[in-house]
Amino acid sequence: MPDVKTNNPAADSVGIVVTRTLTVAQPPDVLKLECGRSLGPITVAYETYGQLTPERDNAILILHAWTGDAHAAGRHHPDDPKPGWWDNMVGPGKAFDTNRYFIICTNVLGGCKGSTGPTSPDPATGKPYGLTFPILTIADMVKVQKLVLDALGIERLLSMVGGSMGGMQALEWLLRYPEVPRSAIILASTSRLSPQSIAFNEVGRHAIVSDPNWQNGAYYGTDRQPETGLAIARMIGHITFLSDESMNQKFGRRLQNRNEYGYELTREFEVESYLHAQGSRFVKRFDANTYLYLTKAMDYYDAAQDWGEGSLEKACRRVEAKTLVVSFSSDWLFPSYQSRELVKALRQNNKDVSYLEIESSYGHDAFLLESSTLQRVMESFLDNLYATVVKHDA
Amino acid sequence: MTPDAQHADILIPDYSRIVSRVEAGSRVLDLGCGKGDLLLRLVKERGVKGMGVEIDENAVIECIHKGLSVFQGDLDEGLSDYGDESYDYVILDQTLQVIRRPELVIAEMLRVGKKAIVSFPNFGHWKVRWKLLWSGHMPRTPKLPFYWYNTPNIHLLTISDFVAFCRAQKIYILEEIDLVQAQDRDPKIIRWGANWRADEGLFVLSRTRQGHAQ
Repeated sequence: MPDVKTNNPAADSVGIVVTRTLTVAQPPDVLKLECGRSLGPITVAYETYGQLTPERDNAILILHAWTGDAHAAGRHHPDDPKPGWWDNMVGPGKAFDTNRYFIICTNVLGGCKGSTGPTSPDPATGKPYGLTFPILTIADMVKVQKLVLDALGIERLLSMVGGSMGGMQALEWLLRYPEVPRSAIILASTSRLSPQSIAFNEVGRHAIVSDPNWQNGAYYGTDRQPETGLAIARMIGHITFLSDESMNQKFGRRLQNRNEYGYELTREFEVESYLHAQGSRFVKRFDANTYLYLTKAMDYYDAAQDWGEGSLEKACRRVEAKTLVVSFSSDWLFPSYQSRELVKALRQNNKDVSYLEIESSYGHDAFLLESSTLQRVMESFLDNLYATVVKHDA
Repeated sequence: MTPDAQHADILIPDYSRIVSRVEAGSRVLDLGCGKGDLLLRLVKERGVKGMGVEIDENAVIECIHKGLSVFQGDLDEGLSDYGDESYDYVILDQTLQVIRRPELVIAEMLRVGKKAIVSFPNFGHWKVRWKLLWSGHMPRTPKLPFYWYNTPNIHLLTISDFVAFCRAQKIYILEEIDLVQAQDRDPKIIRWGANWRADEGLFVLSRTRQGHAQ
């Protein structure tokens, strides 16, 4: 680790970054999707941090979760109020040390943060795809990421990391392109969603499609946006990201701006205001149709079904990379037993796999919030790879 | 399983005696692997395919830093996730006395592994006996440095106890190595009066006489 100590608070930041785009799957080489339809051209938004070595052996791909984007670290403008979504892990001297590694983060296919998705114009009509956008899978997202790496001239990855939906993508990478990643870090994830998680996704989707402003997905460019439905979906989602314990710590039964019950049907508890605030913030940054498509992609994902005729053990025979699987004790959306199932399947095949369950009260959100232990374990994992794989001056 | 760092530092590792008994290129499961020092030696010196199990978060992270495969788990939950004879050796080094269900864990080791290697501090050593007899207090020694109220060692045993246990459980002892720590030297092998004179027992076990699959 570079041992630089400085009072400059920006010393551990990647600084000002730009989101770039590139276009893949240009006709006639369009991408054949799992659903049977084809898509192309596909634009992908991505950011990179750090320098690729001449040997091209230090690249790490970051796979974002559900509503994330390509902006993992740094700021877009000097006065940007917030840095990228994983700025606490990506930067000089951090777990994903940009002095050592070349980091790539792309917005997933179907996302609404610069990559082709339901909000993008359909080249055939010039209008946003909306519901004419084909149904996506996690495999489709990974195929597009592979095209991006090909375009960037990167044949092998030192590592890849993803939490939640990002972890599903990492697993799909290990199965679909086993020769590309040397290692992978899978955080708070699973080889397939539990029926409980699918149930929550369906409630979210139902909230959106029940909003009259959704207009069968054709709300783009109209003055009616499905904000209520999307906000409710986000509120439900947000509950599943927290835990009983973290809600107790964060809100307790405290009332918002009052000391006594009003005996009226209004929002009174802090937790209610918090969820509403989360909902209204979310509708400003996310698209309702995209929400539908991405939840569907997660629901469909089943690595055992796709690669092992129903057996995860059989599927994991394909894996070549060394893997680190991390779960969080209070995560009930992607519970630890799901991570352990994956670890068991890898171990049964004598694969190089390590597993850690981090004690945390943050629930599923822990993979974004819990920094100290997570930072140490990822740093240790990468440190060993850096020492054994990457050619560098001692 | 290393209850704390102090414990690990006090115990003088007898790794060489274990390393030399593990066949090169075999599959090894090290239960309570601590910071992975033994496992790392087995990987480096014997080219084993190794996996550690450890409960302590910091120790798990140290194993990962060494590049080892490690699973954070509690031995007392058993090894039900592991298939029969999925390892050539299952090792339990200086950990037997801290687990809640030694009987279950040893049975599981012999199911999951073709051979088991078990080492533990001998509570029958004459100094231990003398301390209890003379002072009337629970003995504390370099190998057992804790007080009764803070010791992780909840199943103390003697070498004779272990031999009797194996007999009762129909476990074959393929090899028994009784050791005593010597100053500035490797531990010395005790050839007679082990239950009095050895401060550590190291056993290679199997369900069959030859240590092969049944």
